[in-house]
Amino acid sequence: MLAAARIVVWRELLVAMRRRSDVATALLFFVIVTSLFPLGIGAEPNKLRAIAPGVIWVAALLSSMLSLGRLFAADHADGTLEQMVLGAAPLGVTAAAKAFAHWLVSGLPLVAIAPLLALQYDLDAGLYGVLALSLLLGTPVLSLVGGIGAALTLGVRGGGVLLALLVLPLYVPVLVMGAGAVEMASAGLGGQGQLLILGAMLIVAVAFAPWATAAALRISSE
Amino acid sequence: MLEARDLECERGGKVLFRHLGFALSPGETLRIAGANGSGKTSLLRILCGLLTPSAGEVLWNGARIQSLKEEYARHVLYVGHAPAVKDELTGAENLRAACVLAGLSPSAEQTRDALARFGVPVDKPVRQLSQGQRRRAALARLSVSWKAPVWLLDEPFTALDAAAADLTRTLLGEHAQRGGSVAYSTHQDAGLRDSRVIEL
Amino acid sequence: MRWFWYASPQTFYPLAGKLAVAGGLAAAVLAVVGLYVGLLVAPTDAQQGEAYRIIFIHVPAAWMSMFIYVVMAFWAGLGLAFNTRLSGMMASALAPTGALFTFIALWTGALWGRPTWGTYWVWGDARLMSELILLFLYFGFMALHASIEDPRRADRAAALLALVGVVNIPIIYYSVKWWNTLHQGASVSMTAAPKMAATMLVGMLVMALAFWAYSIAAAMLRVRSLIRERAA
Repeated sequence: MLAAARIVVWRELLVAMRRRSDVATALLFFVIVTSLFPLGIGAEPNKLRAIAPGVIWVAALLSSMLSLGRLFAADHADGTLEQMVLGAAPLGVTAAAKAFAHWLVSGLPLVAIAPLLALQYDLDAGLYGVLALSLLLGTPVLSLVGGIGAALTLGVRGGGVLLALLVLPLYVPVLVMGAGAVEMASAGLGGQGQLLILGAMLIVAVAFAPWATAAALRISSE
Repeated sequence: MLEARDLECERGGKVLFRHLGFALSPGETLRIAGANGSGKTSLLRILCGLLTPSAGEVLWNGARIQSLKEEYARHVLYVGHAPAVKDELTGAENLRAACVLAGLSPSAEQTRDALARFGVPVDKPVRQLSQGQRRRAALARLSVSWKAPVWLLDEPFTALDAAAADLTRTLLGEHAQRGGSVAYSTHQDAGLRDSRVIEL
Repeated sequence: MRWFWYASPQTFYPLAGKLAVAGGLAAAVLAVVGLYVGLLVAPTDAQQGEAYRIIFIHVPAAWMSMFIYVVMAFWAGLGLAFNTRLSGMMASALAPTGALFTFIALWTGALWGRPTWGTYWVWGDARLMSELILLFLYFGFMALHASIEDPRRADRAAALLALVGVVNIPIIYYSVKWWNTLHQGASVSMTAAPKMAATMLVGMLVMALAFWAYSIAAAMLRVRSLIRERAA
């Protein structure tokens, strides 16, 4: 079971390394969106500081939605998805491995780069930790839950927008908690409550999302 | 033993076949014949568990495969239309991934041999291979999958040259001789000694 | 055993027709009674004056929006577990009505919020947000179903989505307890005595029954149309 999970992650990372443009697109999108807001809203420091957590989080969300389309589409097209469905390991484990690999490639870089982008918003340096932690807890949830949507919309027309509509209700609580944590911290109230809730969401997502994704993959493979 | 009972398949509003039943015992080879669109692929997908039939069931040693899930999948090798190889990976990497996912752990030696037997370059990314080589890279799994008793192959002889087709025939024959079961679909007679033929 | 007899779309069809008629009549009668109680009988509220009367639409609509989702998820789950066609059709039949009530709840809530809270909408309120999420869940369900060509796959994919979204319902219901934001606490609970005048409660309950009867009628009509469509 672990061997299957390892090989899936290994394969995903190999493909991502050899197809760097896909990876770069998600990261670049994140950078572009966060950089556009100060340009559009005007560089008044107080305003920027206030909107920083929300904007960075929304950008992370959008970037995740953008990269979700790739999660299973290529596998579905070249037949590797079928083999995973027919694999010896439980499909939930394989789905979790895919989500993990997706997070490593599309989520973790965001966590690393966010403090840098927060510079543009003149965010207090003391908040970088909370920002990074909220993203660290939240982006895996986005990958896991987004995987369900990606699996449901495999090969369906109108895929990208439909996928966004489907995952949006599930993403909003993560967004609220994530941005909320940083906002609370910036108001001096700590933000631990929101971070704990994010942690709980992560645990629930790890426990349930892979199985929902597996069920969705089976439905989409028919 | 793989058993199909009273299978009915409906796709796109049309009933492709109904009341289809047969048993595939160890050592038997089943040829599924029929014109394009007659349901050969659907039948194979029902047999491996990817597709749910609109009626009937498939049993593996008496148990419904829908309940067995991975238990059954461990005993099956399915080669579908799509070659199931990743363009960015080499032949060797693809084969290794496919094997581990199927629960097999062949040595590096065995994977190289399997690919060499089929004439597939081992270390070139699949993207750079021809269609025929890609097909053969997919079939290279046959050389290392002797542990899976049931082989389900969807039109394995398509786009193969004479040498590769011979090799495939040999491998299928060997598998049946070891006690495995083979079900494959094809348009025309593939030159195998089939125990049974189903016309769809 | 009678239940399985009705599990076939053809045998359910005439029953659905009868239920639709019964539901429609009941809805009409109950709505008249409920509105009479709500608009004319119930006393004026001490704090909010006449504006509060929108509660007789708002609260029953909100109740129905959650209730219908749970019923829809139930049929979805049944369809996934037993691979029955009619269950999937029932789920699809309920979705538009559920979305309608969710929209009505949000809309009447906004209209009520203006005179009482001073604003149509508050982004921070947990219950408002969860209700909006519920609306998106309904839309997502209908959109996913519409995008998949094969009816069986559409039913099953949408069913899975419905089940995943069911986690939202307890969040809406309990959000008022968990987050102390703008929405008032629960005034009607199963255990404690209601904190409002008896006539107001009666009015709300009658309207809730009216909406329930309407939902049954609408769902039955839709199921019949789905049965006709798929049999063709």
